Amino acid sequence: MDPASKLALDAFKNDKETHIHIKQEICKDCAERHCLYICPGGLYSINEDTGELLIEYAGCLECGSCLVACPYGALEWNYPRGGFGVQYRYG
Amino acid sequence: MERIDVVIVGGGLGGLACAYCLAKEGIQVLVLERGDHPGSKNVTGGRIYLRPLKPFLPELLDEAPLERLVTKEAITMMGDGSSFTLQFTSEKFREETPHSYTILRSRFDKWFGERVMDRGGFVVPQRRVTELLKEDGRVVGVVSEGEEIPADVVIIADGALSLFAQKAGLRGPLPPRNAAVGIKEVVKLQPEVIEERFGLKPGEGMAHLFFGSITHGAFGGGFLYTNSDTISLGLVIGIESFLKTQPPTETHRLLEEFKEREEVAHFIRGGELVEYSAHLIPEGGRTLLSRPYGDGILVVGDAAGFALNMGITVRGMEFALASGCMAAQAVKRAKETGDFSASSLAYYEDLLRESFILQDMETFRDSLEVVENPRLFNFYPRWLCNILEEIFWIGEGPKEKISSTLWRGIKEGIFNIAGLKDVWRFRRI
Repeated sequence: MDPASKLALDAFKNDKETHIHIKQEICKDCAERHCLYICPGGLYSINEDTGELLIEYAGCLECGSCLVACPYGALEWNYPRGGFGVQYRYG
Repeated sequence: MERIDVVIVGGGLGGLACAYCLAKEGIQVLVLERGDHPGSKNVTGGRIYLRPLKPFLPELLDEAPLERLVTKEAITMMGDGSSFTLQFTSEKFREETPHSYTILRSRFDKWFGERVMDRGGFVVPQRRVTELLKEDGRVVGVVSEGEEIPADVVIIADGALSLFAQKAGLRGPLPPRNAAVGIKEVVKLQPEVIEERFGLKPGEGMAHLFFGSITHGAFGGGFLYTNSDTISLGLVIGIESFLKTQPPTETHRLLEEFKEREEVAHFIRGGELVEYSAHLIPEGGRTLLSRPYGDGILVVGDAAGFALNMGITVRGMEFALASGCMAAQAVKRAKETGDFSASSLAYYEDLLRESFILQDMETFRDSLEVVENPRLFNFYPRWLCNILEEIFWIGEGPKEKISSTLWRGIKEGIFNIAGLKDVWRFRRI
């Protein structure tokens, strides 16, 4: 099962604005791309036309592993505003 | 807003335990929780050990919504297409004072938040804290959604990432070596099916850990816990070690591979996936924080790095609950003198040191160095499975003496420099 179908089972209340900001000027020189592998939701991807790093913030499980894994400080990472984001029913 | 005694950032176990103990003492306390209710942002493997908590929360846990009493422990070493399982059970696990239960945090923390409210504490959901209020370097409250909330003491209980312990200058960012990511699925099954499949009595449960080839050599392993009518299963992966693993494989793909292994697949067959979750886990945490207190501030639970990976047992929740209670004791004493400075609140660390928290963390202080050894994940499980395979296998040709197979295996695995070094290293756990 791909991560997107699994995320579809979770309860999300998504904000209009992203809680993760990507500093593209740092990412464009990154060779490792750890974020593509560490994210349990598989939410990071590369735009093939522009080479920019993209994040589907709406499916974020808020674990913060991308922030810990990024060696260059390219992510400005916050929790979503109160009452937004994933709402676990089991946890 | 008017000044209150204590404001707590985060309604997880550390924050709620602190609030519960404070409210019991009649101290004003406000818990700010960013989720819809306490527990809605929390994830555990998981299981909780109750005995260390008896002195701190004696009456509370008797009525708590826990899942199953763990009476069976299992560890599986995974080779590539083979595995070796150790299973242990004991009547001791059924003693009247319970030992350990499986737990689901959304349910448990929500209930715990309600108990805090019963005692007169305030738990306000859907409120994210954005800043610490500071005056001359002292913490004097928080800012939440634009509103200033002044308080005598701020308790930082915002979890493993702890953006607020960082803002308070008590620690730096979480280094990849000191963080693991846990990813988990909750699979629904009938209670009777769970009991039959795992050979359990009603209400009893199993804790099963897996390590070996499933993490492709990275530090970590798999877990499976039986809940009342669900199964929690997933992987814990050390971030630094994961990032060094070549070729890289996505964390979610590792989980899929783990689930496809027959050793795991048969446990969840016919079950319905009902939730997918992920959370950070602090590893080797005592080094993270210079001190868990400051002027007007205390840090509890995962935020303070109070978690311990002893290889076959992984603990954190009871550390969070007990540290919350100790923080409450320190606040109570500070309130008696009206002194909320760091030197007064340092009493919290004295309490931690006298308790199992810092004593266990001291005893197992080098455990991370032992358990992150790559040979534990990419050599020994495979090695052991290969020896067993040779022993059990009857091929076309003549069979070697079992003692010769064993002796050859021991020479290959242990009687060499790397093996002896690892055995020597194990004394630290």
